[in-house]
Amino acid sequence: MTIEAGGTRSGDDAWRRNSRAREVRERVIKLLLSACAYLSILTTFGIVAVLFEETVRFFLDVSIVEFLTSTRWAPPQGDFGILPLVYGTLVATAIATAVALPVGLLTAIYLSEYAAASLRRWLKPVLEILAGVPTVVYGYFALTFITPFFRESIFPGIESFNAVAAGLIMGVMIIPTVASVSEDAVYAVPRSLREGAYALGATRRETAMKIVVPAALSGIVAAVILGVSRAIGETMIVTIAMGSQANWLGSPLEGMQAMTAYIVQVVGGETPRESITFKSIFAVGSALFLITLVLNLVSYWFVRRFREIY
Amino acid sequence: MSTRYGLDRAFTVLVTAAALIGIVVLALLLFDVIRDGSTMLSTRFLTSFPSQIFPANGGIYPALVGSVWLLGLTALISVPLGLGAAVYLQEYAEDTRLNRVIEVNISNLAGVPSIIYGLLGLGIFVQLLAPVTGGGSVLTGALTLSLLILPIIIVATREALRAIPASIREGGYALGATRWEVIRSHLLPMALPGALTGIILALSRAIGEAAPILVVGVSLYQTYVTRSPFDGYMALPTQIYDWISRPQQVFQDSAAAGIVVAMGVLLLANSLAIWLRNRYQKHSR
Repeated sequence: MTIEAGGTRSGDDAWRRNSRAREVRERVIKLLLSACAYLSILTTFGIVAVLFEETVRFFLDVSIVEFLTSTRWAPPQGDFGILPLVYGTLVATAIATAVALPVGLLTAIYLSEYAAASLRRWLKPVLEILAGVPTVVYGYFALTFITPFFRESIFPGIESFNAVAAGLIMGVMIIPTVASVSEDAVYAVPRSLREGAYALGATRRETAMKIVVPAALSGIVAAVILGVSRAIGETMIVTIAMGSQANWLGSPLEGMQAMTAYIVQVVGGETPRESITFKSIFAVGSALFLITLVLNLVSYWFVRRFREIY
Repeated sequence: MSTRYGLDRAFTVLVTAAALIGIVVLALLLFDVIRDGSTMLSTRFLTSFPSQIFPANGGIYPALVGSVWLLGLTALISVPLGLGAAVYLQEYAEDTRLNRVIEVNISNLAGVPSIIYGLLGLGIFVQLLAPVTGGGSVLTGALTLSLLILPIIIVATREALRAIPASIREGGYALGATRWEVIRSHLLPMALPGALTGIILALSRAIGEAAPILVVGVSLYQTYVTRSPFDGYMALPTQIYDWISRPQQVFQDSAAAGIVVAMGVLLLANSLAIWLRNRYQKHSR
């Protein structure tokens, strides 16, 4: 208000108008920006609404008990028991985790505890590229390279579509996720803990495995859960390399169908929009959404916990 | 004593080997697709339509054009929205319950499987908003992919904004600038290289996605090239998928050639992102 005393009357008014215009502009801009942020809430509502509506319509025709407990999945015959699809997803995910957990964790330890800074600068982009490879490419690789390789070497009886090759390559796909999230956790372990271990005469391996990994455990668990959730939601690798035949309790060397692969199979065919079969993809989608949502929330909780400690 | 040191050395070998597995697989994969795809790869492959009758003369032209359309529209939609949301959350939002919900929500959306976004797009853009989007148009595909990558863009941009020291903002305010003036003149330009890295990675993920656009009605075959946002479209990953699902060797080779093209585009985008980040990190130090 000291400006008012020195300024002429008209100049003072100009300043006020300008200020009011600026204030209005500030408020409009803030409103627009907040709308962008609220869009994410809208997206979640959209997902829940679309899945819920069609799933409810599906359950008007098919009993929810049959859907959750029957072990027969054959939509043309009207058999809608989701367990065989869940089994397919779980087998592929288990194999993927068996690959990505050790490799991802050891990679994280290497990056954080062993690698020279110059090497890190090379390795991290390679991991990023690995994470960015389109999943159809991984699917092609599993189908035309890994499966024939297995047939000629250790599993002569392996089927063209099988869970082993699909799961293995899915494991490679999630290595970057597991490695980079665990590395953040490993890296956050205070230096003093390592120095304490070295001062007591521990070797590098002992320090890494007995001090650093236990200290970073909740972050590592979060990383693995996140990787598992990625694997469960992954679509093209299992569609291309694991086949489209539901197979309850089949061997990993056989073809089987994952939940995601079923959705692709239906939308790729000529199924009419109003049929039960078409509605069933939303029921399967709901199950998929709920499973990954729970896993993501658990992982988020673990990450926050480890952040609070240090 | 010696077994402890022996174990230590073995462990060093083990972690190094684990870190190298990624490179080995990537190299094997590239070698495999280049070997399989070399018979089909030529400039004609890039400029021809796929052919059922003479598959050996087929190409990926309409899929390439479709993917460029997807990329352009997705960038136009997702970049302003993502930057806007990130600026709001980082610069404006107070620590209220609603804003905390938004934050958890965004990290959750980042973990929703891409095929679920496809189902969302099917319900909203293909069916509910059909009069606006034209149903299974390239615009619908781009809208669906935009929602899919928004969380990635938001997270990357927020990180870039967070790295800017508070003194820049305080300096701006001290000179009488409003919040938006400081954001526009200083914060956005400073955050751009970091945000751009995230945006490029997000967009390259978007054009590599097959599952969501399969659900919202990408064409697996069409005889024309996409010319407007409301046209039908083909796309690289779904064209590759279509070829893979045909048993004849010539289609498998076409798929491999298509993969070489897609991986070429992807590696270029990734290198650009990495270069940008390295440049930016040097500047900020």
